[in-house]
Amino acid sequence: MKRRLIALTLAAVLGAAGAAEPAGDALFHALGGRAGLERLAADFVDRANADARVGPAFDGVNRKHLSRQIADHFCQLTGGPCVYDGGNMKDAHGETRIDKGDFYRVVELLQDAMDHQGLPFAVQNRLLALLAPMHRDIINAP
Amino acid sequence: MRTAPRRTTPLRRGLAILCFGLGVLAAPALAASGKPLLTGGVSSIDGAAGGGLTPWALTGSYATANESGLTAFITRVALQDYALDVRGVAWSWNERLELSFARQDFDTRATGTALGLPGLHLKQDIVALKLRLAGDAILDPDRWQPQWALGIEHKSLDADGLTPTLRALGADTSGTEVYLSATKLLLAQSVLVNATLRATRANQNGLLGHGGTGQRHHSLQPEVSLAWLLNRRVAVGAEYRAKPDKLNPSLLGDGLREDDWWDLFVAWTPNKHVSLTAAYVDLGRIVPAVQTRRQTGAYLSLQLAY
Repeated sequence: MKRRLIALTLAAVLGAAGAAEPAGDALFHALGGRAGLERLAADFVDRANADARVGPAFDGVNRKHLSRQIADHFCQLTGGPCVYDGGNMKDAHGETRIDKGDFYRVVELLQDAMDHQGLPFAVQNRLLALLAPMHRDIINAP
Repeated sequence: MRTAPRRTTPLRRGLAILCFGLGVLAAPALAASGKPLLTGGVSSIDGAAGGGLTPWALTGSYATANESGLTAFITRVALQDYALDVRGVAWSWNERLELSFARQDFDTRATGTALGLPGLHLKQDIVALKLRLAGDAILDPDRWQPQWALGIEHKSLDADGLTPTLRALGADTSGTEVYLSATKLLLAQSVLVNATLRATRANQNGLLGHGGTGQRHHSLQPEVSLAWLLNRRVAVGAEYRAKPDKLNPSLLGDGLREDDWWDLFVAWTPNKHVSLTAAYVDLGRIVPAVQTRRQTGAYLSLQLAY
């Protein structure tokens, strides 16, 4: 019993890790396609702007342009027919001091926006799994 | 040996928790940041952050880099023939270090009476330290590397009238356990997995002391948890904790043999200050010389975080 349970757990971990997102555009469509991503990005940018913690970093940023860039980026990441032509994540965030708490705050705001857009939790996490590794380029303060 | 009676009544305990709770509500700004909901785990019965029965590599509370957090909890495990009450606190810092303290009170009920010790409560204090060694359980879903933590738990037992018996059985009333935990959030699957390997010689988690005649050494025991996140606030899962069996055989033959533990749980965190966990637990046989049936029952835990 004991051994079998451990083996099962290991199999679950090994089977699931690495198998992040299958190729294809399933997630793109689950997120509502291009239109859904545009709504999500606009909602998310509004929330980020209004947030006490991370909002100041968005002062003077063209919201329309930013949300279009984010929609493009998400679209490309999730297998949609888009080309993200914005800067890499390191350059895009380089001038702002961002610590891990800031990063998590932004994750929460994105979750709020996804909730508001009525996206199922499992779909939300598939997108977050693609975005989370970006912390390596975005978090620039200890 | 009889120690001075502890003066904490349930009422006092309740008041203390209420005050803490009000403090938490009054200062929401402190913990407005931090890790996402549920990622602080809950308070294990030994005080360390984790599942209900086993510690995880995650540090407690929602404190992330350069932040510190506090949690306090009360847990009740109501079994067929016994009851366990636990309360404790934990402090964690920078997702690096966690210090916890828990006090367990095990009501032996009819078993105590059968042993000629009516009203016997086994009281155990657990001081524990957890150090994150490497990895990030949450933010690296594209990598295999889990979050690793090394922990140490020191348990001291006040067995009251049972102390001479434990001595005769060759069990020490205090003991230290070391564990290594690996935790990984499989984000795309909304599943959290933990595996812990504990070096222990604790009998019934230390409530019957540590080791026995002829069985003095620690052994390695695996513990696993699987949690499925249903939404941002609710997780359901299962845990399995293997245990040593150092009092089997003993003077009582196999009358003190013990079994592995498992549970099925649901945890709910309405916000970053409160979590409630309910579980069905099966703690196997506990002193089968007196109570032969498996000790199944309910586990209920309230945690406040700050």
